[in-house]
Amino acid sequence: MPSPRYWREIPTRYRLEAARCTGCGKVAFPARPVCPECRGREWERIHLSWRGKVVTSTVVQVPPSEFQMEAPYAVALVETPEGARLMTQVVDCEPSSVQPGMEVSLVFRRLRKEGRGGILCYGYKAVPAA
Amino acid sequence: MREVAIVAAGMTRFGELWETSLRGLFAEAALEALQAARADHLDSIVVGCMSAGQFVGQEHLGPLLADEIGMAGVAATHVESACASGGVALHAAFLEVASGASDLALAAGVEKMTDGADVTAVLATAADQEREAYQGITFPGLYAMIARAHMQAKGTTEEDLAWVAVKNHRHGALNPKAQFRREVTLEEVMGSSLVADPLRLLHCSPVSDGAAAVLLCPLDQARRYTDRPVRIRASALATSTMALADRKDPSVLDAVQRSGERAYRTAGVAPPDIQVAEVHDCFAIAEICCIEALGLVPPCSGRHAARTGLTALGGKIPVNTSGGLKSKGHPVGATGIAQAIEIFEQLRGEAGARQVKDARLGLAQNMGGSGASSVVHILERV
Repeated sequence: MPSPRYWREIPTRYRLEAARCTGCGKVAFPARPVCPECRGREWERIHLSWRGKVVTSTVVQVPPSEFQMEAPYAVALVETPEGARLMTQVVDCEPSSVQPGMEVSLVFRRLRKEGRGGILCYGYKAVPAA
Repeated sequence: MREVAIVAAGMTRFGELWETSLRGLFAEAALEALQAARADHLDSIVVGCMSAGQFVGQEHLGPLLADEIGMAGVAATHVESACASGGVALHAAFLEVASGASDLALAAGVEKMTDGADVTAVLATAADQEREAYQGITFPGLYAMIARAHMQAKGTTEEDLAWVAVKNHRHGALNPKAQFRREVTLEEVMGSSLVADPLRLLHCSPVSDGAAAVLLCPLDQARRYTDRPVRIRASALATSTMALADRKDPSVLDAVQRSGERAYRTAGVAPPDIQVAEVHDCFAIAEICCIEALGLVPPCSGRHAARTGLTALGGKIPVNTSGGLKSKGHPVGATGIAQAIEIFEQLRGEAGARQVKDARLGLAQNMGGSGASSVVHILERV
């Protein structure tokens, strides 16, 4: 059984569910109650494209203990064509090759284990665009 | 609002202080401040601490720490704003005195980081848990992304980052309270191991224990406690988006900008009036971003400041004369108060080998997370 905390995030992490403000067009990811641009509260639900471009990035050499096995790994801020930005690991490539401007595809991957039971947790990661 | 003064200060050495507990650190700093003012009473205590709950499993710090210094009964509370907890405690105590609610308030900061917690994971709780920490990002990682964005936008180099560490260690070598009282060379910084590319070990502030405390009262009562009070000209707090992903330009710390603008407006001064400043150099890139955001250097020129000596002791605007978080140490909740103490001592002419000549007006800036909260205090000799 996944925990409620994990289960609540499934629409965001599995399906890239986001919201577009009907007032000003701002795309929020994940969805939120108030538009940070115009403070509007009317939204339409959208799904982000499974691709984007690296805005900035790093290679984590000293990780938190749960990511010990994976270090070093690249993490980037990626902007999707809808203008939403998300933070994600960039994998299936040399971590040092991840640089601003790089085109990536987003893919569904295992991210971590949760709690003492070691529940598998999934979500998005980026890989170099095909 | 009443005018408010700082009348006394107390501070532990910063470092890996195995022999002293969380409450012991607080008591040492608080009692030093009370003794300096010969004060035997308090109206209120505000304690800044990022996470005693995670570091040592202790919450409910208000009564615990008041009791420890024989002040059970006093109004005491704990405030949290990640690494800005100390600055926010000073802000809260300032409001307490300015409003008339208290005539004598203790603003303290404390953190006990070396009692065995997973420090990287605890610090990461200052980031957005669902959007950032879940993906495996660390605090050095967030600032590394800020650094890389700054390099892209403003041409900052790894050497520019290294000069910040060299300068701050040069200052810290002169500070008896500093965790690392020694200089480092440019080669040592640039040859140190990578923590989160492009940030290296010697670009990062250390894991530290420590506490700091200051005593606040209305300016017109300050002479009861000291003949050299320091007036708080402004105390300004601002926030930005929590997630780095939501900042339009990740190389700009807009909360720092906002807190600076608010403080300058309240004090009726401009950046060129500031003669000495402590800014939040948790990572070398943060000092560069902060001096730009506070207008202490012209826009986009922050990267040159440490190398040219502009922000060194003897330069036009000395920054982090204490050694900064980098060399003095960074017990996160204590940092904001310790910064104010450095400015307090500078304005009273008590900074010894680090003294900035004839300093009358100084600034302390403390921030939380990847710059989601920032607090600025402008202090003046009276």
